[in-house]
Amino acid sequence: MSTLQTIASLIYLISAVCYVLGVHMMRSPKTARKGNGLSAIGMFMAVIMIIIEVVADGKITATGWIVLIAGLAVGIAYGVVKARKVPMTDVPQLVSLFNAVGGGAAAVIGIFDYLMKGDGVALSLAFSIPVFLDVIIGGITFSGSLIATGKLSGKVPGKPITFPGAKILNIIVVLGMLVAAWFMIATPTNIWFVILGLAMALIFGLLMTLPIGGADMPVVVSLLNAFTGLAVAFAGFVINNQVLIIAGALVGAAGTILTLQMAEAMNRSVANILAGGFGTGDSDS
Amino acid sequence: MSEELFTNLAIFVLSLLVGFEVMSKIPATLQTPMMSGANAIHGVVVVGAFVIAAEANSWVFYILAFFGAVFAAINVAGGYTVTDRMLGMFDRKPKAKSEGDDSK
Repeated sequence: MSTLQTIASLIYLISAVCYVLGVHMMRSPKTARKGNGLSAIGMFMAVIMIIIEVVADGKITATGWIVLIAGLAVGIAYGVVKARKVPMTDVPQLVSLFNAVGGGAAAVIGIFDYLMKGDGVALSLAFSIPVFLDVIIGGITFSGSLIATGKLSGKVPGKPITFPGAKILNIIVVLGMLVAAWFMIATPTNIWFVILGLAMALIFGLLMTLPIGGADMPVVVSLLNAFTGLAVAFAGFVINNQVLIIAGALVGAAGTILTLQMAEAMNRSVANILAGGFGTGDSDS
Repeated sequence: MSEELFTNLAIFVLSLLVGFEVMSKIPATLQTPMMSGANAIHGVVVVGAFVIAAEANSWVFYILAFFGAVFAAINVAGGYTVTDRMLGMFDRKPKAKSEGDDSK
């Protein structure tokens, strides 16, 4: 390892520690805000470090810089303005929206690296399996969270949406994902395989969220939040970056426990909620 | 299995275990802020957006890198801002109230 790589690895390790301690402190109302601040400091350190790495590496093109800075500027401006302006009652759908784009970003990274490794080149399983999981889980959370945002904000009807043939469609989509998995994992790279995988994941996200009532949405958002954590962890495998693996797995696991607690607080089981269309409990819509 | 993959896999599994362990029973009032805080943490995907932007070399990749950057930046910047705003509500509550919540 070069000196810079050593420093970078240590900085990423410190930022990972900040996330774990941050989550730990967020369990109590007294330290929760400081915990979030600590986690933000860890994030800031990771971002500074990756900027230094990209600059020192020097491979990035001028267009690459423009695209990166423009994208970040748009994203930060939108995210911060939305987060500041939104009425407190509309926070859950905003969190769901932020979760959707997080899953989207993870899927984009998987697609990018899959295509980057070259058209028609056979890939190792160590690469193709994480790419597939990243794109599929990222795609599911992207469309699923957007529907959840819509249901929470009333843009999509809060009542469970079911239609005849939904079960058959579900089975077709799952089979489609398996087909995409086979071609992405076992055959040389081809842009259409990843597009098939992404399309199936996006449809699955819709089918999974639409039949669930609006009142159950917070639990679903939390579950999709845990999913995004896993997608980000797999993105970490794809680009071989350990801070993504640690933070993603942390959120995946902690988010799962949180989801169970939220369901318990509503006297529902997660399986019951996901089955959808039972008791909707939708008194407020 | 390469050494690199094994290291990553070990880190992944151990981080999952840390995630399971670090979450204990939390008061209901903190569930939404915790969800939002965890949401902000997976905004670390922004590091990945930098990595792909640094490798991009044709228009398809520039477009992907752009969307990766926009999505990740919204997640991380918005996530931390809105979590802090939510938790700021606790500061304004009287102290006795928040201690009452704590003992639940």
